[in-house]
Amino acid sequence: MARGIIIEDLHKQYGVGDTAVEALKGVNMQVGPGEVVGLVGPSGSGKSTLLKCLGAVIEPTSGRMILGGETIYDQKWNIKDLGALRRDSIGFVFQAPYLIPFLDVIDNVALILMLAGHSNDASRKRAMDLLEALDVAHRAKAMPSQLSGGEQQRVAIARALVSHPPVILADEPTAPLDSERALAVMKILNEMAKEYETAIIVVTHDEKIMPTFKRIYHIRDGKTIEEAGEGRAI
Amino acid sequence: MISLAGRDIAHSWGKFVFTGIGLGLLIGVTMTMAGVYRGMVDDAKVLLDNSGADLWVVQQGTLGPYAEASSIYDDEYRGILGMAGVDAAANVTYLTSQISQGDLDVRVMVAGIVTTEQGLPGQPRFLVAGRHITRGHYEAVADVKAGFQIGDRVKIRRNQYTVVGLTKRMVSSSGDPMLFIPLKDAQEAQFLKDNDAILNQRRRTAANPAFNNPAVPGLLDAVLASQSVNPFVNAVLVRVKPGFTPEQVAEPIRKWKRLQVYTRAQMESILIEKLIKTAARQIAMFLVILAIVSAAIVAFIIYTLTIGKIREIAVLKLIGTKNRTIAAMIIQQAIGLGLIGFVIGKIAATFWAPVFPKYILLEPSDAVIGFVLIMVICVLASLIAIRAALKVDPAEAIGG
Ligand SMILES: Nc1ncnc2c1ncn2[C@@H]1O[C@H](COP(=O)(O)OP(=O)(O)OP(=O)(O)O)[C@@H](O)[C@H]1O
Ligand SMILES: [Mg+2]
Repeated sequence: MARGIIIEDLHKQYGVGDTAVEALKGVNMQVGPGEVVGLVGPSGSGKSTLLKCLGAVIEPTSGRMILGGETIYDQKWNIKDLGALRRDSIGFVFQAPYLIPFLDVIDNVALILMLAGHSNDASRKRAMDLLEALDVAHRAKAMPSQLSGGEQQRVAIARALVSHPPVILADEPTAPLDSERALAVMKILNEMAKEYETAIIVVTHDEKIMPTFKRIYHIRDGKTIEEAGEGRAI
Repeated sequence: MISLAGRDIAHSWGKFVFTGIGLGLLIGVTMTMAGVYRGMVDDAKVLLDNSGADLWVVQQGTLGPYAEASSIYDDEYRGILGMAGVDAAANVTYLTSQISQGDLDVRVMVAGIVTTEQGLPGQPRFLVAGRHITRGHYEAVADVKAGFQIGDRVKIRRNQYTVVGLTKRMVSSSGDPMLFIPLKDAQEAQFLKDNDAILNQRRRTAANPAFNNPAVPGLLDAVLASQSVNPFVNAVLVRVKPGFTPEQVAEPIRKWKRLQVYTRAQMESILIEKLIKTAARQIAMFLVILAIVSAAIVAFIIYTLTIGKIREIAVLKLIGTKNRTIAAMIIQQAIGLGLIGFVIGKIAATFWAPVFPKYILLEPSDAVIGFVLIMVICVLASLIAIRAALKVDPAEAIGG
């Protein structure tokens, strides 16, 4: 599997000595391109820790991570510019949309392309295409504070997708949404995964969306167990 | 790439403009303080320029006539006139006086000048209205700032003077408008005692057997007469003939007349380095404090604005925004705030300067220095905010 996500024997320990917390104790996961998998587990089981390691915002203690065919971590970072890695290879979706309040919708989405050095026009054009796909194009010139929660979340998803990253990490993306909108978001993620061959991990407690996953990883005490999902059509 | 700072300012422009106005008024006060100092220096220079003198001859060992009391005989000028290189020499007296006239209550510097001939040093150089003093007594020329009109009658000590002319920018080194009167009147005013004091003095003189000696008839009258005139002036102002340097002319006066002689440059340094030194230091202290307060305000505002955006900064970092870009955003905002403040401060100072009672000189060069200082302060003040922003962990955007 060249693209997608491979995690092998990943460990993460916070702190040292008496106060040390072993949050991840040998996690193994594989997500193929075009696949959307769920990641569930009780509070404190290490879900966010895993996403942070994958998202290159904290450093694991040991193990291996391969993103989009590139070994980004093998007992140490293999990559110097983690910011550029996040910008070009990873899309993030959070429970709250965290849009930049002083940029309008289209620039919120286009910013990541502009940061990567694309021209403003080209960036906005690609952002607009995605907003159209996500059905929020008519709000492109609005400020984030003028959107509904669901619209904001769709804009956040557009932002995660706009650079066509090989990997998308979503932490509770549907928590604030009703079941209809939650399912709509999952549908978009599944469609995008297909279209751009993106590997997507969705951390969730949300029973409403559980049935949409073909595969679900359970994480308990810092170790993963795979469990087949229902994979129902949405 | 879009300007993140510009977009943020455009989004919360109300906050920006209002803090900018607050900062601007503070900057305006700071500029005005600098203007007060410049005004004092300028007043001093104008006082010297407008006297039309190249040399100031004063009592030996004094810094007179403006910074210290100086008293010399009023016939010394004759000897000076006879010396090589002297083009003109004129007595002058200065007396600071509080004048009430109708609603007006003004503090003026009364200058006693020689009026027998036009164009002598010490006389008002140009008039904006009326004429020069032509009579030997009871006429006055006033600076317009004193508020008198031509034809007004002003009372100095016991005498009434008619204002016959108005002049401009003739002020003392402490900014009081000048009022010119004939020398004889001024000497009298300086010397004048009240009637009780005169009677008292006469009685004391008469009681002194050394003065009231029956063997010398007429002695008492002679002594009393000498007591009731004032043969002193404060200085002699000298104009040097073309072809002579002031120092060439000054040296023999010092040597032969045993008087102190100051050149224009020396006089200026006395006024600026001695007379207004404390005031200048006072203003410098204010300037330092105001600069610190402005810096603290900019730092605090930029810091608060940045802390309020921690989440957004975490998100920006998460999606790969470089530290450099984030630091630039904060610095640009600080500079933006400084720019708004500078423009408002400059406008405010220009508008309120004429309302101040003393002359305020807003030098363009000071504005340039102020602008550079504000920019430096803004950049320095944003460093604390930048430090806070760079410490933000992109992991915060993911949350728990
Ligand atoms: N920065 C940290 N320093 C020390 N310990 C931490 C830190 N972050 C997380 N932990 C610990 O690591 C363990 C895993 O935390 P993590 O946030 O990954 O859990 P989670 O599965 O996301 O939980 P939840 O469902 O409540 O969000 C917990 O025991 C937590 O206390
Ligand atoms: Mg969590």
